[in-house]
Amino acid sequence: MLRGLDKSKVKAFLFDNIVTIIFVVFIIVGIIASSELPLSFYINELMARFFRNAFLVLALIIPVMAGLGLNFGIVVGALAGMLSIIAVRFFDGGGIVGLLICFLIALPLAILFGFLTGKLFNKTRGQEMIASLIVGYFADGVYQFIVLFAIGGLITVAAGHPMMIPGGVGILATFDMGAHASQISEMSDQVPGLKYALDWIWRLPFSPALIAIAVCILIFVIVQQILAKRNPAWTVKKPWVFWLNIAVCIAIILLGVYGILFPRGFLWGIRDVPMVTGMVIIALCLFTHYFTKTKLGQDCRSVGQSQHIATVSGINVDRTRIIATIFSTVLAAWGMIIFLQNIGTVNTYAAHRQIGMFSVAALLVGGATTAKASVKNALIGVVLFNAMFIVSPAIGRLFSGNEGVGEYTRSFMVYGVIGLSLGLYIWKGVKAERDKNLL
Amino acid sequence: MEPSLLSFKNISKDYAGNQVLKDVNIEIKKGEIHALIGENGAGKSTLMNILFGMSVIHNTGGFEGSMEIDGVETVIKSPFEAMEHGIGMVHQEFMLIPGFTITENIKINREIPKKAIYNEITGKLFGNRMRTLDFRAMNQDARAALDTLGMDIEEFTLLRGLPIGYMQFIEIAREIDKKGIKLLVLDEPTAVLAESEADNLLKAMRNLASQGIAIIFISHRLNEIINVADMVTILRDGELVVTKPVSDTNAIEIAELMIGRRVVIDKEESTRELSDDIALSVKDLHVAMAGERVRGIDLSVRRGEIFGIGGLAGQGKLGIANGIMGIYSAKGEVSFEGKTLPLNNTRAVLKSGVGYVSEDRKGVGLLLDESIADNIVFTDMQIHGSFLKKFLGFISLSDGKNVRKHARQMIKDLDIRCTSELQHTGRLSGGNQQKVCVASALTQKPRLLFVSEPTRGIDIGAKKLILDLLRKLSNEQGMTIIITSSELVELCSICDRIAIVCEGRLAGILPPDATPVQFGLMMSGMDMGE
Amino acid sequence: MTKTTAASFIKRLPIPTLIIGGFWVFILIFGVTQGLPLSSLLTDTVRRFGMWGLLVLAMVPSIQSGTGPNFALPVGVVCGLLAMVCAIEFGFMGAGWLTASVIMAIVFASILGLGYGKLMNAVKGSEMTIATYTGFSITYLFCILWMTLPFTSPKMGWMLGSGLRNTIELGTVNANQIINNFLAFDLFGVKIPTGMLLVVFGSCFLVWLFFRSKTGSAISAGGMNPMFAKAAGLNVDRSRIIANIISTALGAVGIIVYSQSFGFTALYDAPLMMAFQAVAAILVGGATAGRSKIIHVIIGTMIFQGLLTNTPPVLGRAFPGTDLTEIMRLVVGNGIILYALAQVKRGDK
Repeated sequence: MLRGLDKSKVKAFLFDNIVTIIFVVFIIVGIIASSELPLSFYINELMARFFRNAFLVLALIIPVMAGLGLNFGIVVGALAGMLSIIAVRFFDGGGIVGLLICFLIALPLAILFGFLTGKLFNKTRGQEMIASLIVGYFADGVYQFIVLFAIGGLITVAAGHPMMIPGGVGILATFDMGAHASQISEMSDQVPGLKYALDWIWRLPFSPALIAIAVCILIFVIVQQILAKRNPAWTVKKPWVFWLNIAVCIAIILLGVYGILFPRGFLWGIRDVPMVTGMVIIALCLFTHYFTKTKLGQDCRSVGQSQHIATVSGINVDRTRIIATIFSTVLAAWGMIIFLQNIGTVNTYAAHRQIGMFSVAALLVGGATTAKASVKNALIGVVLFNAMFIVSPAIGRLFSGNEGVGEYTRSFMVYGVIGLSLGLYIWKGVKAERDKNLL
Repeated sequence: MEPSLLSFKNISKDYAGNQVLKDVNIEIKKGEIHALIGENGAGKSTLMNILFGMSVIHNTGGFEGSMEIDGVETVIKSPFEAMEHGIGMVHQEFMLIPGFTITENIKINREIPKKAIYNEITGKLFGNRMRTLDFRAMNQDARAALDTLGMDIEEFTLLRGLPIGYMQFIEIAREIDKKGIKLLVLDEPTAVLAESEADNLLKAMRNLASQGIAIIFISHRLNEIINVADMVTILRDGELVVTKPVSDTNAIEIAELMIGRRVVIDKEESTRELSDDIALSVKDLHVAMAGERVRGIDLSVRRGEIFGIGGLAGQGKLGIANGIMGIYSAKGEVSFEGKTLPLNNTRAVLKSGVGYVSEDRKGVGLLLDESIADNIVFTDMQIHGSFLKKFLGFISLSDGKNVRKHARQMIKDLDIRCTSELQHTGRLSGGNQQKVCVASALTQKPRLLFVSEPTRGIDIGAKKLILDLLRKLSNEQGMTIIITSSELVELCSICDRIAIVCEGRLAGILPPDATPVQFGLMMSGMDMGE
Repeated sequence: MTKTTAASFIKRLPIPTLIIGGFWVFILIFGVTQGLPLSSLLTDTVRRFGMWGLLVLAMVPSIQSGTGPNFALPVGVVCGLLAMVCAIEFGFMGAGWLTASVIMAIVFASILGLGYGKLMNAVKGSEMTIATYTGFSITYLFCILWMTLPFTSPKMGWMLGSGLRNTIELGTVNANQIINNFLAFDLFGVKIPTGMLLVVFGSCFLVWLFFRSKTGSAISAGGMNPMFAKAAGLNVDRSRIIANIISTALGAVGIIVYSQSFGFTALYDAPLMMAFQAVAAILVGGATAGRSKIIHVIIGTMIFQGLLTNTPPVLGRAFPGTDLTEIMRLVVGNGIILYALAQVKRGDK
């Protein structure tokens, strides 16, 4: 089997997946370094982070398709989400209704922001990635002006509002999302807030949830295989890949069964699964897939592959790019709301700052590039990226006996990953272009 | 009688006073393969731009005359309108996306939405662009188009990795898939094809024509025209020379008509005596210059000779100088005055006494935001370390006084019209910019000078000045000069010998007084024997 | 200079420069009407100008070479920081410390600048994006180093545990404001840090001189028109590497000048966002992503840093309790960068 492998093929595989490989190795070392922690710790941490972040990472896929590269500017969308939460919380909104109002308010805001960002990307063609990073910082400044100065400074608000800085100008540096209905005792007159407004609509214990998800995937894999065999234009998965998928699903189901039969086994202590949040994420995955099958999706791909050919073929390139940016910005705004309802307290001036970086890094770790990103990349990326976050303090301890080192290592990994994978991708293009012009 | 499918009536066009088409009349009938031939600048591309309503025509004041489609006068304002009238174009550079399947390429921006109830709803709610696509129907259409061309490749194959010969067919498939296609323009379709592929393409063309589609076939390959076309139209200097059935003519006549009998301007009596020393010898030169690829050329140029390199655009004549100078990647053996010139090393070539005036004045030849003086001395300063002075004994700085003095001398010698030697070259007229380029090359005191397209985009008066200057350099300093030019007249009026390049290879070397037929046949890649 | 030449000079400034410059003048006038002494405002401006001068000057070589503004300024900055830390570790004091720091900074910057220049050649066309992440990454790489390198000088360590302190006082090596105080004097109440201004203007002159030399003009030509440079027998890649080494070295020396005036060496993530301020400053001065001059450095640093440093006291008085500096930095700084990016003309890929 190994003899069949071409050396250059192995090299190419390593080169194409270097970022993912680095992360996997890092995580394995981290897990070994902190083997004293129980499995449930990792799974709980990972699960919380996964449900919190996945939506935001998925928001990056459409702009990649449209050739805009990695949209660090989802920070702008996140800000729309923050503003809508501030608005709702300012009037003590909460519960499922409050959450829906958040999504509703965020929609027009994000469409407007996305439109403006898209216009900017059309003006900075060829430099969209650096522009998207800078526009995030720029929007941060404008947002701070609104939240820190305009509210109370230019728009008068009732004195003594609990969200305001005591002087009466600006929103407090942190404010609370309010407790979930189930946490409030019946006697109290407290109104439910936005915390866990989505997560806690419906929860399932870990093991049954595991079984439910595995069964869904199993059905999906089988149906896909059957459809692929009937349609000559689809690529049929290699038999061993197909059977491996089946085997993994069955193993997960068995694991779930074990968890139900032995509640005190090694799956003990794992928290419940937020099913609705999960469904929202799955819905976005399906939507992204559906989007690629639409005319707009196809136009995005045409524009992404070649703006010139798209123009010649009569596609309105600029408009398509703006629409793609709007989609991304709206999804980011909603993603931010999902993110914050899980966190529970809002860090008014910092919560959005790292959203762009972390989401992009996660997508890249999942194997995406500037020009190609899929749902699969996003989901794998979220898992690996957050696993890295969880184990990095242990790595710090392992190498220097200092957890702070782990924190810096983590930041280094985030930026390093973005730099490395973008750099390698660009270098490949530069090299291909150069080789083309060599004899 | 049935009206022609397309007729051009009295078409004239000028760009800012520069007449590029004069009173051209052409009729194209249904199911006819109509060849269009002419030298560069004969007006072929302008005519096609008019046919497709390109913005370059409308932004420059439109054109005179009219176009009729099926006997009805028609104004086409954009390529999309052309498409609606059933006119399709296959570009010389492929308009294909490598990351797409064949179907996706054929159906780009003409995708078929799926007929389904949910699609009606989403389409109504969120706009037509949110409808999903019917890939099955699209594949069927693509299949049908490919079948028409006799291609048995699977329509859902990814384009990337397919041999280049397929691309042309896929482009054609895309055009014939468009509804109501009546007329197809093929621009040098066989240029990138191997011989057998070209044969297949010609077969496919005949097949299309037999189905009633008219084809305008732009090609420089005379044998293909003779082989496949029904009618041939020859353009020369924007004028229609003749339209006649191919059966009534032959390659020699076409070649002669294409070049025409021309009066060579201002030719000196050939009293020039040349030494027998070989100044430059080139063996098996290959150059990877996109659009001007050189595929193995041998040349030798005598000392003191003015040597011309001619040929049609895109055939590789420009690649020779660019390759030897190391601007584009090159391979082969080049020796100058008996010594081997290292290839892909511009610095070494310049150092050994070879000067170069690029065909691309603004892109390669000049720093447009710098002064005339700096432009003139720059290369010499970098190569020979001249025009420098020491500051504080160890820092080499540009010696401004000396630079300006030299520049003023050059301005006087070459009669460069400018306000002063400090004027930016971007502000100069084309002719004066060209003189600055020549001045920069002369400053290096080369013994061999490459000059590419010396008179491109320059008015008549300036043209003559430049040519006179080159002749003077040859006569007075014995400089060896190699001129590459698209203008045959110009080469004939100044050169001692003229090499014709066709499809990246040397077609032959002719004396300046050779007949138009000889030039025409060579440029079309035909053997004199044929 | 006569009135007319001054007027025509202002007329030739780009519009964003005029707007931001006008804003700064407005802040100054507003400050005076609020009862703030103009001299103290100008003292701040001059000091900040000196602190940022070299860091902004570092943009010139990289822009001229065609690499674009040096968004990887932190590469140079960490070299300077490492040099200062090493000089303290080796026990240098005062002028000796300064000399040792500068020499080591240039050595470190030459090595890292070489690598950085090669990196920039490998990613032609997307230099700004990659440079930004190079800057971010190296900042955090050095964060790990600050915690783990085996420095022993008690002037820099924590009382407990390992690693260097976040800020290291330069007073402990007698280097607090060492350059500033050289020949310093008062002019109508404005403190002039003569030494620092000499260093800044001297460096500006040297860079100006460099671009008049053979190598310098080769770099400049390669940036303006790479094909022209190639046809003139130049190695454009090599020119770009030299330019980036110089830029990195200016960043390294620049942070030393900055730190001595500040009185502290700030480690860890302090360099993270420095590049954006430097890039913004030169753009405010009228440079573009493709062309820059020394005059852009001087005007831009003066206006941009003047605006940032004068805003807090002036607006703090008008609106007590709010600090608009951060907002100003984000909006004006990033706004001007976006404006410059929108001017970059690049074709479709």
